[in-house]
Formats: sequence, structure tokens, C-alpha cells
Amino acid sequence: MSDAERPGFAPTQPNTGTEFEPVQVFPEVADSDLRSGADSCYKCSTCDVNCPVAAVDDSFPGPKFQGPEQWRLHQRDDEHVIDESIMSCSNCMRCDNACPSGVPLSQMHNTARAEYVNEQMSHRSVEYWRNRLLSNYRLSAWAASKAPRVANWMLNFGPARRVLEMTLGITAEREFPAFATETFRQWWRGRGGAATSRDRAKAARQRRGLDEEADKKIAYFHGCYSNYNTPEVGRALVRVYEHFGYEVVVPKQGCSGTPMFANGMIDDAARHKDRTLAGFAPELDAGYDVIASCTSCSMALRQEYPELFDDDGIDALSGRTYEGIEYLRIHEDLPGALAAEEAPDDFPDTFAYHAPCHARNQGLARQAIELFRHLEGVSVEDVGESCSGISGTYGWKQEKYEASMQIGEEMFEHMESAAGTTGMTECPTCAMQMEHGTSYPIRHPLELLAAVLTD
Amino acid sequence: MAIESDVLVIGGGLAGMMSALTAADQGVSVRLISYKQSTLRQASGLIDLLGYLPGDQTPVVSPYEAIGALPAEHPYAILGTDRVRAAMDRFDAAVGYDGAGTELNTLVATHAGGFKPTFRTPKSVTAGALADGGSMLLVGFDPIADFDAPFAAAMLSEAGVPFEVRGETLPFPVEQASDAGIGRFAALIEEDPAVPATGRSLRETIATAIGALAGDAARVGLPAILGTQESAAIIAELEAEVGVPVFEVPMGPPSMLGSRLEAELHAALDAAGVSMELGNPVVDADADDRIDAVYVEKNHAQVPYAAAEYVLATGGLVGKGVGSDRSQVYEPIFGCHVPQPQDRSEWYDDEVFGTHLFPRFGVEVGADLRPRTSNGAVEYENLRAAGSIIGGADFAKEKSGSGISIATGVAAGNAAAEGVA
Repeated sequence: MSDAERPGFAPTQPNTGTEFEPVQVFPEVADSDLRSGADSCYKCSTCDVNCPVAAVDDSFPGPKFQGPEQWRLHQRDDEHVIDESIMSCSNCMRCDNACPSGVPLSQMHNTARAEYVNEQMSHRSVEYWRNRLLSNYRLSAWAASKAPRVANWMLNFGPARRVLEMTLGITAEREFPAFATETFRQWWRGRGGAATSRDRAKAARQRRGLDEEADKKIAYFHGCYSNYNTPEVGRALVRVYEHFGYEVVVPKQGCSGTPMFANGMIDDAARHKDRTLAGFAPELDAGYDVIASCTSCSMALRQEYPELFDDDGIDALSGRTYEGIEYLRIHEDLPGALAAEEAPDDFPDTFAYHAPCHARNQGLARQAIELFRHLEGVSVEDVGESCSGISGTYGWKQEKYEASMQIGEEMFEHMESAAGTTGMTECPTCAMQMEHGTSYPIRHPLELLAAVLTD
Repeated sequence: MAIESDVLVIGGGLAGMMSALTAADQGVSVRLISYKQSTLRQASGLIDLLGYLPGDQTPVVSPYEAIGALPAEHPYAILGTDRVRAAMDRFDAAVGYDGAGTELNTLVATHAGGFKPTFRTPKSVTAGALADGGSMLLVGFDPIADFDAPFAAAMLSEAGVPFEVRGETLPFPVEQASDAGIGRFAALIEEDPAVPATGRSLRETIATAIGALAGDAARVGLPAILGTQESAAIIAELEAEVGVPVFEVPMGPPSMLGSRLEAELHAALDAAGVSMELGNPVVDADADDRIDAVYVEKNHAQVPYAAAEYVLATGGLVGKGVGSDRSQVYEPIFGCHVPQPQDRSEWYDDEVFGTHLFPRFGVEVGADLRPRTSNGAVEYENLRAAGSIIGGADFAKEKSGSGISIATGVAAGNAAAEGVA
């Protein structure tokens, strides 16, 4: 029954007396109902001001439309299908912490995008298959890791790349990242896996005067990139944690789903989520906390998983996932440990640091900058608040490449004017973009930490 | 274990930022945690101290003098004039606004053609002060519905401003989507692309068009979209062409003036060595007589932060520092006492623009800014409140929001730092 049909309801004479009893029109809803989020939007458009895509693409209507406005239209009737511009959202999630009213913008975007891809986009289109290929990076990386040298040559072979661009719309402007000749997991197994880590952690605890049986243990979510492309980041994480006396285990895991959410490939993301949940369940039961070195991976496990899936165990995983350095800041005296050390000889000492958008939403945007202030002889300079522009798979799409580089321009300029000629960031694809725009080598803060604290 | 600092400021608005800055002055380690970007982006960017006394329609001329006439529970009355004045001096030293050292309010036109008494103005706004007396041309842009210059000019004339005021509307020289927000226009003016139709840059094109309209106007006002971060150079460029002072008229959200103030304060905090974290709320605390730790919720994970002293600067009903449901008003993190009538119907007045009680909701503090329980005892030894979480003032009516934030922020920051020592 609408208000107009309610007996005694006379809109021209509002009932403002003390007899007024507010009524709840909609029942309290839990979980994934987005109505309360849509209702919270008061259209201040601060999200639109923060949107890096809207800043360079006039045709993109911005997060306020993509989120609450589209949600309302779509509820209204079947005619209002999801607008195709949802595919231009890069899922940087900056709108989330811009909103003064707590509207779950990225959740709305992810939900709308999944619906658009599942129900409106042709599954025979080149775009669909291109996006699926890009978002299932783990599969390509797995294949490439079987013959990394050949893959590295082939994937950056000019004519092949031009064909890839013409047929699939994957830009030929970018260098494919090199695949490691030894993946992180190969290294981990060759080193003796969890048993070796247990011994090394015990030795470290002994050395540090801690209880040898102390309950210090973490399960590492390395994600795809640290496994196939930058195993040095994974190795650094293991060494740093063992240095502080933590046993590391590396459960079976899928992709975090970040590129899949950004492409609306929710079913692919769900498949990988199942693998990760199954892999980490025993460790969570045994009291291990989950640590990620990639800030988009930690973002996915922490925020997108509970927003988009409702499996048993999701909340436990989400509630006990931390970013690699964040966890050490909680449990160890990192400032003290760094203050006691000096800059390493065999590692750069001046960095141009870019905070990934996904780190920003986890409150980690200034973590590396503030942490390394405690280390004599090292300078980590913030290159500003702008988005790098690549947003995972976004900048790999031929039709988005220009926008991606335009968004990144501010970061490139600030990197050029920063003192260091080595970049630093936690996000693998931000790192690709930083390198692409400046030719600087890019390091992860954990690598610096390992270089300082471990042999 | 927890992430530690000497002082932990909860809330990244004007009060929180001023608290953190002041505490850092004393050499202690300070961390600022903010759930969202500062609400300065929703604010005018002007610094109001006290524009109206409760129940009085006449603008206050000298706010420091007027403090004596405020009720005893008002935050200014609790602090006393000297501490308010000292806090404004600290703000003047931190931020490059106009009006430093002056003790009088100035009247500034609003984007709807009203005016309001304010105490400190961004440099880009000052030339629009009503007391200036020079004839005024207001120029709006067709696609920016938030600023209808002819309407604003008519309203100001109607109000009897002592000068001639005219309003004109220009097309925006670069075509935009029909729903483009003001942030988009500000970014374009900053970027200054070439305009194909004129063969000149966007700013040159605008300046020429304004010059043609200016006539004998002694000053020209534009909506506050003259750049997202830096307006001085843009204004200088426009003035060179137009030949008279150009100023910005403060706009509603998303406020470029507020966002520039936020950036300026962030730079000051960074230079002072304050640690800052944005993006997640403080939701809980371990506390007895003292607060041992607070918890920041990162989705399901709760991350502990510990400090010797805490400042609660989470805002009022708008900033969500004060929560409410159908039966009560409450402070959500520490459960500090919030005075309120039992009967919900007393929260508000039946007249829309009547004197409501709800804007005054907030915690009760003593002169030490420690929140008090319902029987007047200190809630927690190491907790101080700052900004609109403190009750007793209707900042929207009084035009006192920024001033209360600065005054209580500086006082709380000082007290927290002293508490560490």
C-alpha cells in the first residue's frame, strides 16, 4: 500500500504534532540489500570529484550515477537496465572513502557490473572474451610460468602484440611484465616449505629471547603476481616474518578476484574464492592470521568478499586478513627495529612512493612514508594523492589506454620531480604503470624492510 | 600489542586537524585517524567564529566581545575568550587566510545571494566582502545551476547592499555533459585547455568574455571553481585581463574552498610530523577510568591503536560523531553521556526554522574539555573532546562551526600534549 492509499493520510496537512509517531516504511534489512546505501546518498557529488575516470572522461557519468542513482532506477522497473558505462568504472574504489554518508559505492558498482556482464553483455563479443582473458590473469601466468623465457620473449614480440591489439583490444603500448624463472611457490617448496619456516622462526625466537613455543604464525596470501612475476616480494615477506619469529605457511589459493570484480566476472571470482576459502580454512581454524603483500588482494579478501559472497567462513577470513606491514606494526615494534638499523648498502635509498588506491581505503596510504622515517639514511617521498591510472586490467584495454595514461600523468610528473629514481608501491599494477611512465625500477616496501632487517 | 603514539586524535575534520597540529607543537608523537575525507569538503571554506547570538537576528560585529553574552553551556563560554583568541591565532599562523589579527566580522555574499558574517576568509574570497563598497558584477556559467548570478545579484540588491550589483551568465566555453559537477569545471579551469572556438586558452577565453561585460564594475565575482587546489595564479591571470579585482563566491558541496583548506592543513600536519590515516572508523575501545586502546575497524578486522592521551573529534550529527535512533541520542565509540530529553518530541520544534534542540546535542565537557558523565564526573582521564561532538551550540544558526572546531581543537590538543608530559 502506498502512503497515498493509507487511511487518514493527508499530504497537504503534515502531522507535526506530538502525536506523530515515526513509522519504519521499509523493514530493517541485513547484508547485501543496497537500499539503505542508496537512501544514504544526499547527492553532494564529492564522490564524482574524487573519481579519477570522471576527471579525464567526459562521457563517464561518475560514481554517484553508477551507484545510488542507477540502483534506484534499476529497482523501479525492468526498462531501466544497467547502463553500459558501468564498464568504464575502473574499480579504484576511491569513491568509498570520499563519501561522507557511508554509501557502499564500490559494492554497488561491483554488483551492477556483475549483472551487466552476466545479463546484458554478449558472451560472444570480443570485449567479453578479452575481459575474461585479462581478468583470469592467473591462468595465463600459470601457462607462461611453464616456459617463462619463451613467454617473456613472445609476449613482448612486436608483431604478436599488434595482432593481440587488433584482434582482442589489448594495448600494444605496454610491456608485458616479465615472468620469473622460478615462481614463489617453487622457491618455497625448494626451501623446504613450512617445516623450514618453522625451524627458522624458532631460531629467530630463540635469538630474540622470546618463548620458543610462542604462538606466532601466519598464512601467506601471495596472490598471482608475487608468485609468477615478483617472487622477490614473497621471499621478502617470508624473511621479514621469520626474522620476527613468525612461522609462515603458504596454503593453496586462487586469485583474490580483484581483476574479476573489476570486469564483472563474478562467477570466475567465486570459483577462485572457493579455492582460497578451502585452502585457508584449516589454517584459520588453527589460529593463523592471513597476510597479503598486495594491497588489492588484501582489499578483496577484507572488503569485497564479505560484500559479494555469503559463504560460511568468509567473515573469519575477512576479519583476520591483514596487509604485510600493517600486521607487523600491530604486533612488533617496527619503528624501534628500523631506528636501530642503517640503510642497506646493496639497495636503493631514495624512493618515489605512490600509494595505491586500494591501500588508501585500508588506511595504509601513508604507512610506508611514515614507517621509513624511522630509518636513518633512507628517504621515501610521497608522489601525491593521484591514482596511477592503470587500475589492474583497465589500462591494458586498448580503448582505455589513453585515459589510463592521462590519469597517471600527475603521478608521472611528481615522480620525475621527486629526488629518487627508484619507485616504490605495494600494488603490482601500479608498479607496472609507474615503470611504464618513468622507466624507473619499482620496489615493494617489504623488499626494503627485508634488505634492512635480514641477511 | 597495538599501533602506538603519544596522542591519538579520532576525527579528521577541522577540530581534529587543529588538535593534532597543536599537540605536535609540543613535540609529542601524534596520530590522526579519520573515517572519511574531511567534512570541510561539505563546508563553505570560510572560517566563522560567531555570526549571530542565539535568538538574535542582528549579525555580530565583534565576536570576541559577544562571547560574554553566550549561555554558560556554550563551548566558547566554557573555554573563555582568551583561549578562543589564542586558538584563532594558532589557526592564523597555520593557514594563509585573510583577516589575521582583526577582531571584527566581515559580511560575505553567499552563492544564493544571501550574506553571512564570517571571521577569516580565503584570500580568493576577500575582495567580495560587502563592506568593500565597490560596485559588483557577479558572473555565473550557464551549466552551473548552483550559482545563478542574476538571481544572486537581485537578492543582494533587495537586501540593500550599499553598492550596485549586477549578475550575468556566460556559456562555459568548453562543452560539458549536462550533469557535470562543479569539481569538473574547477579541474578544467586548472588544466586550462585550448578552446577551439576562440583559438585561445580556456582562462583567456573566460577573461575576455568577463572583460566585455565588466563595464564600470569595481570587482567581479565568480563561483568558487577557480582551480581545485590553487586559485591565486588563476585569479591573477583573470585580473590582468579584466582590470579589476576578481573574487570567488563560496559554493555548496563539493566545496573547492573547503577542499583547499583541507589540503593546506594536511600539508601543515605532514610538516609537523603527524601520522595520518584515512579510510576506516574507530568503533570500540578498551577502557576503564582511562582508555587503554581503541579499535579501528577495517571491514571485519579490528586493529588496535593505543596512546597516552586521546582526542575525540568525530563531529556532530552530520559527521556521525553523535548517533541517534528512534529512542535515544548517543556517542557511539566510548558511550560518553549525551544530555537529552526523555521524550523524543522535545528533540525538535514544530516550526521548520524554529529553535530545535537537536543541533545542540553532543557531549558535555568541563573547562578541561574532558567529557562528563550524567552526574558531572569525568568520563575518562585521558579523553578530551573537540569540535561539534561537544554539545551546547547551534553552529548552523550561530555561524560558529569553524570557530568552535578551532577553539576546542586547539585547547584539546594542548591539553592532550600536556597530559602526555
